[in-house]
Amino acid sequence: MKEYQTITEISGPLVFAEVDEPVGYDEIVEIETEDGRTLRGQVLESSDGIVSIQVFEGTGGIDRNASVRFLGETMKMPVTEDLLGRVLDGSGNPIDGGPEIVPDERQDIVGKAINPYSREYPEEFIQTGVSAIDGMNTLVRGQKLPIFSGSGLPHNELALQIARQATVPEEDEEGEGSEFAVIFGAMGITAEEANEFMDDFERTGALERSVVFMNLADDPAVERQVTPRLALTTAEYLAFEKDYHVLVILTDMTNYCEALREIGAAREEVPGRRGYPGYMYTDLAQLYERAGRIEGKEGSVTQIPILTMPGDDDTHPIPDLTGYITEGQIMMDRDLNSQGIEPPVNVLPSLSRLMDDGIGEGLTREDHGDVSDQMYAAYAEGEDLRDLVNIVGREALSERDNKFLDFADRFESEFVQQGYDTNRSIDETLELGWDLLSALPKTELNRIDEELIAEHYREDETEAAEVTADD
Amino acid sequence: MSQAEDIESVDEDGVIESVSGPVVTATDLDARMNDVVYVGDEGLMGEVIEIEGNLTTIQVYEETSGVGPGEPVQNTGEPLSVDLGPGMMDSIYDGVQRPLDVLEDKMGTAFLDRGVDAPGIDLEKKWEFEPTVEEGDTVEPGDAVGVVEETVTIDHKVMVPPDYEGGEVTSIEHGDFTVEETVAELDSGEEIQMHQEWPVREARPAGDKETPTEPLVTGQRVQDGLFPLAKGGTAAIPGPFGSGKTVTQQQLAKWSDADIVVYIGCGERGNEMTEVIEDFPELPDPQTGNPLMARTCLIANTSNMPVAARESCIYTGITIAEYYRDMGYDVALMADSTSRWAEAMREISSRLEEMPGEEGYPAYLAAALSEFYERAGKFQLINGGEGSISVVGAVSPPGGDFSEPVTQNTLRIVKTFWALDADLAERRHFPSINWNESYSLYKDQLDPWWADNVADDWAETRQWAVDVLDEEDELQEIVQLVGKDALPEDQQLTMEVARYIREAWLQQNALHDVDTYCEPDKTYRMLGAIKTFNDEAFDALEAGVPVEEIQDVDAAPRLNRMGTAEEWGEFIDEIESDLADQLRALY
Repeated sequence: MKEYQTITEISGPLVFAEVDEPVGYDEIVEIETEDGRTLRGQVLESSDGIVSIQVFEGTGGIDRNASVRFLGETMKMPVTEDLLGRVLDGSGNPIDGGPEIVPDERQDIVGKAINPYSREYPEEFIQTGVSAIDGMNTLVRGQKLPIFSGSGLPHNELALQIARQATVPEEDEEGEGSEFAVIFGAMGITAEEANEFMDDFERTGALERSVVFMNLADDPAVERQVTPRLALTTAEYLAFEKDYHVLVILTDMTNYCEALREIGAAREEVPGRRGYPGYMYTDLAQLYERAGRIEGKEGSVTQIPILTMPGDDDTHPIPDLTGYITEGQIMMDRDLNSQGIEPPVNVLPSLSRLMDDGIGEGLTREDHGDVSDQMYAAYAEGEDLRDLVNIVGREALSERDNKFLDFADRFESEFVQQGYDTNRSIDETLELGWDLLSALPKTELNRIDEELIAEHYREDETEAAEVTADD
Repeated sequence: MSQAEDIESVDEDGVIESVSGPVVTATDLDARMNDVVYVGDEGLMGEVIEIEGNLTTIQVYEETSGVGPGEPVQNTGEPLSVDLGPGMMDSIYDGVQRPLDVLEDKMGTAFLDRGVDAPGIDLEKKWEFEPTVEEGDTVEPGDAVGVVEETVTIDHKVMVPPDYEGGEVTSIEHGDFTVEETVAELDSGEEIQMHQEWPVREARPAGDKETPTEPLVTGQRVQDGLFPLAKGGTAAIPGPFGSGKTVTQQQLAKWSDADIVVYIGCGERGNEMTEVIEDFPELPDPQTGNPLMARTCLIANTSNMPVAARESCIYTGITIAEYYRDMGYDVALMADSTSRWAEAMREISSRLEEMPGEEGYPAYLAAALSEFYERAGKFQLINGGEGSISVVGAVSPPGGDFSEPVTQNTLRIVKTFWALDADLAERRHFPSINWNESYSLYKDQLDPWWADNVADDWAETRQWAVDVLDEEDELQEIVQLVGKDALPEDQQLTMEVARYIREAWLQQNALHDVDTYCEPDKTYRMLGAIKTFNDEAFDALEAGVPVEEIQDVDAAPRLNRMGTAEEWGEFIDEIESDLADQLRALY
């Protein structure tokens, strides 16, 4: 290991140093400042004679006399099962005052791509206990399903609720214990938010089966590049070598992307849309694609990344590129939130791409797909009519239209609304769906199989509704 | 250079000078543009993309972590090529034609390692070769000398390579051969093997292009019915995320009546490719009944796989498609998504510090796109036969904004445009192809085929449906303001008919066993049934029946069940007669 005192330029998070021996791309660097601090960084570009280094902890305190050491290896994460229950900082050092971590292995944090041929298609239903998700946008094991939120919306509450309640009902019955190990990667969240998470983890005892990585808002931005990779490396180790089913929550991806832009700008790269680097899609894919199942392995990695859309705009590059990579999205809605709906999930723009294969007979229930389709269509129609009501008033609408309006209202206030402590089984969710659908005339249920209508449709419900309408 | 060759044909070694992501520069390398090189101690595969004095720039198809200056670069002296021969059907490749199943075996892990090579076709396997010419026959380039049963569906023709001279066959024999063994000898001294190589960036030679007159029947009502694609045509499917691009592409790959399907997953999700790998072997091809995989070649370069290989996967795919076209097959190529390919170009271009064009894309974006789509078409082959390649490219416009460069440059080339609509997708109207924005310029040249094969009045019936949908679109604006009940009765009825066209005909459930594939006859009959409703209903209206009563007839909602009806012929007959009876009974 060679030590240099050859720094030529320091600019933002970057340090340039002259070297007389070749240095590998992506290699880890330690920089020791004169006051004895050791900072870590990574080689961003390696040329003959000069390297550029990105410093994770920020370049404050580095001067041209600082010494630079190249460790001759790329960044590794020490992994072991004992990480469960531990709290680490954004670079992977314990901050919970617990014992030193003795690793079983040290794994490259960049992670290799899973061979598409070796993947197993995800189709095991995860019951989150949240109707808007289970009923309408079902999550399955090995999926990556982000929460698209905005500043000030309760995405953290929803994420915590999912982490608390998520089970795989089938395996529960067999007594296999289907609880998830939770890996929590925080990037640039405030100390207050961090406390919320930690309190909840401690209150519910979830910490025992969790590994927490904390990069807070006042931690160096460049470190955010590393935090999710540490979290995912740990997740892959637990899933594919220790057979855990792992749920990874990454919050907030927007901060991660900001950090990416910062480094791009410091390197004077040609920027893409809104100043974000042109390779952001590839970079994000390298994180999100680390979810999945592998043939012949017990465990799985399921990802729930959270991002706050700047200006609630889902065409902003961060949600846009994310949506193109992930398998759907859960949309939080500001209007529903101000109406007090908990969780304020707007199901219309939400989507789970893997839902169709994870539901149905033998998985959830035979009627699940049809019920969800019908509720989508009916809710969309009710939503449309609301615009019209604003202009012509309710009286001007036909009886049929009024029923759809009622449906949309009840859908929000009874189906989506449930509170953060209610855990609904999939049966409860679907029965609730039938309660609402039965207020519509049978002939309008054109997306549901006739046999299923005969079996589940509540005849008295319509009559009851008609009686009230007559009053 | 394809992987089937040994790596010994080294010209001159160079030395790495700098590494930045997938872009590596080397000095002292004696190479031509687009030569394949092996980079570093691990021998990572790369391609020369710029030469400036003594400095050569290379894009590397694998991760470059840990590679440093001073490591060697070996030149193979050959451009990036694919291995062509039997065994490509029922295969799954990465962007540089390495078979992913073989890689899994060789690497011994589910994760992709670096520096591992594998030939695109199995070099050991013996195929039964059946000659189709005899000794003494004269063969020209492109002519078949024999066939091999590649899969249950596909007879693989062993052809005289296009760069051969041809001549009289001096020796040819029936028997079992590996792809590298000679199966025929010519008097010109040329030997023919089943294995050919072809550089991916160069189109395989063919004769003139012809005007396509046959539709690529997709089994999807909105596509066959309103916006058909020709065999040998080009189509684009742009749409924001979540609008169903991939499902639409997969439906085409499953049900279209092409002989061969090449499916390129370019920078998309790993799980999607897995779905195809798991589903296709089990699904029957509606034309032959054999497993779909027997006519399919998959190329999977998922979003987290190296970006340079994403750039090349499109070329790998189209070259394979051309090879099967040369056998006289109708090939359909799906590229999902061309935007990721364009982004890969942009990423490499920006690492080269080229002057960017629009939105950071390289200035040669339009040229690259048109070059790719021009490799589609219905061709006169060099051996006198005919073959076609239809290309369907998905486009993923950022923010769903169709004015961005990739969508715009694609639209300048393709003749069928299937615009996916997030709004339709949100209300679960699938396939979410917007009927007002989409178009097909093949309509007129395909009409005779429909008239001959399906129904004489096909074109008129379609035009009727288009008119009703147009009228609905206009009425919708009024309804937004005053409500439906304020419309005159005849317009209310038009709205009702349009609703059935949308819900019963345009919507199609890809997940339903029956509805997922709709043969042209059924497409025609279903629309016919709705037209019957229209005609009978307007007769009733004219006779003074109130519109509410017309809408409430029992038989009408059954129109919605036509798609999923198994015995659709009888089902539609029954609806049509019930509609007539019930509506006539009202007056």
